[in-house]
Amino acid sequence: MPEVSLVEAVNLALAHEMQADESVVVLGEDVGVNGGVFRATAGLQERFGKERVMDTPLAETLIAGMSVGLAAQGFKAVPEIQFMGFIYPTIDQILNHAARLRYRTRGRMTCPMVLRAPFGGGIHAPEHHSESTEAIFAHIPGLRVVIPSSPSRAYGLLLAAIRDPDPVIFLEPKRIYRLVKQQVPDDGEALPLDVCFTLREGADVTVVTWGAMTHETMMAADQLAEEGISAEVIDVATLKPLDMDTILESVAKTGRCVIVHEAARTAGMGAEIAAQLAEHSLLTLLAPVQRVAGYDTVMPLYRLENEYMPDTARIVEAAKNTMEMS
Amino acid sequence: MSKDKGSSTGSSTRVASFEIHHTRFLDHNGEVTGELPEFTRDSANLISLYRAMVRTRIFDKKAVALQRTGQLGTFASSLGQEASFVGIGSAMRTEDVLLPTYRESGAMFIRGVTMTELLLYWGGDERGMDYAGPREDFPICVPIATHLPHAVGVAYAMKLRRQPRVAVCTLGDGATSKGDFYEALNMAGAWQLPVVFVVCNNEWAISVPRRAQTHAQTLAQKAIAGEIEGEQVDGNDVIAVRHCVSRAIEKARSGDGPSLIEALSYRMSDHTTADDASRYRAKEELEKQAINDPITRLNTYLIGNNLLTEKDREALEAECAAEVEAAAKEYLATPPPPSKAMFDYLYETLPASLVAQREFATKRGSGNA
Repeated sequence: MPEVSLVEAVNLALAHEMQADESVVVLGEDVGVNGGVFRATAGLQERFGKERVMDTPLAETLIAGMSVGLAAQGFKAVPEIQFMGFIYPTIDQILNHAARLRYRTRGRMTCPMVLRAPFGGGIHAPEHHSESTEAIFAHIPGLRVVIPSSPSRAYGLLLAAIRDPDPVIFLEPKRIYRLVKQQVPDDGEALPLDVCFTLREGADVTVVTWGAMTHETMMAADQLAEEGISAEVIDVATLKPLDMDTILESVAKTGRCVIVHEAARTAGMGAEIAAQLAEHSLLTLLAPVQRVAGYDTVMPLYRLENEYMPDTARIVEAAKNTMEMS
Repeated sequence: MSKDKGSSTGSSTRVASFEIHHTRFLDHNGEVTGELPEFTRDSANLISLYRAMVRTRIFDKKAVALQRTGQLGTFASSLGQEASFVGIGSAMRTEDVLLPTYRESGAMFIRGVTMTELLLYWGGDERGMDYAGPREDFPICVPIATHLPHAVGVAYAMKLRRQPRVAVCTLGDGATSKGDFYEALNMAGAWQLPVVFVVCNNEWAISVPRRAQTHAQTLAQKAIAGEIEGEQVDGNDVIAVRHCVSRAIEKARSGDGPSLIEALSYRMSDHTTADDASRYRAKEELEKQAINDPITRLNTYLIGNNLLTEKDREALEAECAAEVEAAAKEYLATPPPPSKAMFDYLYETLPASLVAQREFATKRGSGNA
């Protein structure tokens, strides 16, 4: 079985589902002939034709809006937005239409679409190409927000997202598109949505994260282990709806929690997780919840991007802080 | 080098040109201005259009009255534009899909949306959008022009399935200023999709008049940039609207691409019941428009050509009024949904994380017996 990178796993899942279900259509800028700027859709147009793998005009509102129309007609639209920095015109369509079509028609119409976009920093990209604004989407009722953190989770979660009868924002951490390779059997097996994945079990501190930051977090857990601190690592994977039960269960065991995300700190998803920990676990916490996040600044151009993003040392430091409290 | 750059023309050749046509069959006096289309030969067709317009107006009046007496939420009246909406609805086939904005009651009724459903919607109840009739028609779209990309997607779906169906998307004059409008038109042209956009130009986008909306001479010509056919029609002449929209729909159905039709009418009402047009619109302008009333126009033609008697007309109005009253009664007798309904249809299956919120709402809310 060949090993594949995360972006290749995305391609594998798209191809699998297009083969299995002819109602799946892919659309976006440069997704056809060019196979996507990151090659996530490479080869799909050759296999499935120009109508099912459509190079659209350069118009993000249109891409999202026509996906709503396609989905309402029973197609499973999988639009790609080239970079998250260009996703904002789609919010009108996602918030006002995709996420509420089922609700406002009392189930008469539905919107099974998966809007994919690469996101996050760390690849020395131009301005507007490096932000992590997943919390904007996580605030929208009726939506799912899914972020894979490995090739196998990209494959399994994307399959699940396409098969899901409701709209999903599928954000792909582009910094790790080609970081590691894994054996991913192309068996069509989906992974469950709406649940966290516990990547490493531990007893002393729970570190909650998602996307590319799982890699820094796992390295931090290794370092902590060397110092005798046992960290449990949770990959949230589906940010909305949030599987708080897994996090609460872990924190009930460890009594400590560090939340790690690349996105700006204020009103990031870490704030929601910390608030729920305060609501449900305050009296059993052994230390205040720590957040390791991007600063509340504009995402800098790439000379400073590594300063902006949390790194392993910051995660280790935060975990140690929680240990020192009690 | 010449100092007078302005006089330098280089080699200039005309590479594109366009013209916009305006169609009308009945003038405001109900006089025939050209050879009437085929469908008018059967007077039953004309009576049916007339009835649909009267029905819409009586409904409209009732809805405004219900709002004024605190029994309905904000409502967008279609007063004065009945011919546009009825013309559009009557030009469609059952299997086509209508994507309306919020003023097109007349079109929606022809499509099979019931008066009770529409009252429920404006009365603050989502169940009003669960149409028993046209299951694939889109619900009312409030954010301006955001439904145009939907129409493109629907048309694309029809094209992918090789279905002889057409998406019909209605919008107002203000919508033609939005990016969504251009993005959708451009895509419809690029892929030659089976979609017809009808701009129901009523001269006012709340308080902003058409002339302040754009410098363009017509709104129809905005189609030209996407190499789509654009034309104007007298939106107060139901025969002309039905004829032109039907022609565009059948063109789209036979695979010959999209069209844009600008139906010229006038908003005789406030923008909605929450608006007061006297703040920005001269009384004289409104009075001047009264002669263009679409219902009077067809009525004059029908009576003048002995296709309808005064007695028929009275009977028809009484029937429509009775239907409206029955719908209003049904609407008013519909109890609000239980508070837990907020959690229904949010997702196909309610996520576990929302179960506690639903339980809380059920316990605390009203009507959850």
